[in-house]
Amino acid sequence: MAIRRISGHAGPAPGEGVERDYQVCKLVDTTTCIGCKACEVACLEWNGYEFTDTVFDNSYQTMPETTWKYWNLIKFNEHEKSDGTISLLMRKDQCMHCADPGCLAACPADGAIVQYTNGIVDFQQQNCIGCGYCVSGCPFDIPKFNPATKKMFKCTLCVDRVSEGLEPACIKSCPTGCLHFGTKEDMKDLAETRANQLRENFGFEKAGVYDPAGVGGTGVIYVLHDATNPEAYGGLPEDPHVPWVVRFWKGPAKWIGNLAMLGGILGVTLHYFRYGPKEVHTGKPENGGQS
Amino acid sequence: MSSHAISTPRTTGEPGERILRYTLVERVNHWVAALTYVYCLITGLAFWSPYLFWLAVLVGGGAVARFWHPWLGLAFTASVFWMHRMWDRDMQITEPDRRWAKAIKHYIENDDQNLPPEGRFNYGQKLFFWLMFYGVILLLISGVGLWFVESIPWSMRWLRYLAVTVHVVAALATIGGFIIHVYMGTAMVRGGFTSIIRGEVSTAWARTHHRLWYEQVTKGSGRADVKTGD
Repeated sequence: MAIRRISGHAGPAPGEGVERDYQVCKLVDTTTCIGCKACEVACLEWNGYEFTDTVFDNSYQTMPETTWKYWNLIKFNEHEKSDGTISLLMRKDQCMHCADPGCLAACPADGAIVQYTNGIVDFQQQNCIGCGYCVSGCPFDIPKFNPATKKMFKCTLCVDRVSEGLEPACIKSCPTGCLHFGTKEDMKDLAETRANQLRENFGFEKAGVYDPAGVGGTGVIYVLHDATNPEAYGGLPEDPHVPWVVRFWKGPAKWIGNLAMLGGILGVTLHYFRYGPKEVHTGKPENGGQS
Repeated sequence: MSSHAISTPRTTGEPGERILRYTLVERVNHWVAALTYVYCLITGLAFWSPYLFWLAVLVGGGAVARFWHPWLGLAFTASVFWMHRMWDRDMQITEPDRRWAKAIKHYIENDDQNLPPEGRFNYGQKLFFWLMFYGVILLLISGVGLWFVESIPWSMRWLRYLAVTVHVVAALATIGGFIIHVYMGTAMVRGGFTSIIRGEVSTAWARTHHRLWYEQVTKGSGRADVKTGD
C-alpha cells in the first residue's frame, strides 16, 4: 500500500500526492452497542495478545484505559441526564486514525509512523525508537509504550486484514451490528442516516455524528445520542486538535532553532576571520596593560 | 582540593613559570561534562530534526540513542552539579565583573589592553557557567517529564506540552552557549584548551587574561581557591 505520510522523514513521503479513490472508515453506533466486549476479544485474538488482568471498580469497565497490548476498550459511563434518569453510555475506544495525525507530526523517527493512502495510520515498530513523542502529539491519548521492547503500540485498524480485503476483527465480531466498516463516504452517509433516524423517530434531538474537523476528520466515526456532549462518552474530546505546542515545535520552532544554531556557528567563524585569536602580552607585569 | 600553586618552571622555549589553573579533579570533571553533553547534543539534534536523524545512526541507531540520551543526560547533570560544588564561589558575579562587562566591546574586538582586570573567571565564563547550571536544571526536570511521559496523567497533559517546550528552549540556549564556549576555548583564547587538559597556563597568559587571579596566586600563600576575583 502506498504511504501518504511518513514520520521523521527528510524529504517527501514515497506516496505523497497519491490520491486513492476511497478512505477506509469504521463506524461505531454507540446507540446500538450493548457493551458485550466481543470486539475487545476479537482484537486480542486477531492480534495475538493474551488477556490482561481486569480492574474491578464497581462498574462494567474492564480497565481504565487501553494499554500497549489492549488496543480496543469499551468505555462505560453512567451518565445522569437532565431529567435525573441514568443512561449507560458505551463507546468503543481505540485509535481514531486521524486524517491529520498528531502522533505522526510529533514522531522524530524516520518511518516509525506512516499513513497509508487509504487513511490507516500505522506504527512501524522496527523503526520506532520508543521516545514517546507520539504520546504528546495524540489528542486522544492512544499510543502506549511497551516497557519490555521499548516500542509504542496502538490499534492498526487491522491493516493486515484490510489490505487483504477483510474487515477489521472488531467489526467482524460485533453481534448487534453497531460496528460498520467501509469507505469514509459510505460510513458518513450511514451515520447521518442513523443520526437522523434517532432525531426524528426516537426523540434524541441532539443525536449526531462525531467526525472531528480539528484533526481533519477521523477514520473512526461515532453516532452519538447527544453529539453536543461527546465528553460524556468516556472522555471523547469535544474539539480535538493536534496540540499547538506540537505544531509549533515541529514547525516554526524548528526553523527558528536551526537558523539560530547556524547563525551562532557563522557568527563565531566571522568573528575569527575579523579578529582572530587573542594575543598574550609578554611584557613585564609592572608596565603591562593599563587597567 | 589542592591549592593553586606555582609549579616548577618549565622551559618550553619561552621563559617564565607556569601556573596551575585547573586541578586534576576540575579537569576530569570538565571532560565528563563535555563528553556527556556532546553525546546528548548529537542524539538530541537527531530527535530534533529529520534532517539530522543520521546523527543517531552514527551513535548506534535511533533506539540506542533514545535509550542512552536520558542516562547520559543524568551523568551530565551530575557533573554540572559537581562543578557547581567546586566553582560556586569562583563563579559569583563581582564588582570587577561589572566593570569588565561594561567594557566587553574591547574584549570582543581583542582590544584586551583596555579591559579592566578579571579574577579566576571572567564575566563571560561566569555567564556561561550559570547558563549551563540553570539550563541543566530545566533540562533535567523537563527531561524526566519526557522520559516518563505516560506517567503524566491525561488530565494534566499540559505538563507534557510544557516539558517539550522547556526541553527545547533550554537545549537551544545551552547550544548557543556551547558554540561560543568551544570557539573561545579552542580558537580565540589560545592556551585555554591546553589548560583544561594539562591544567597549566603560562604566567604571561594568566597576567593577560586573569590579572586579579594571577596577582592572588603569585602573592603570599598562593591559595587562589579562597575568594578569587573579589
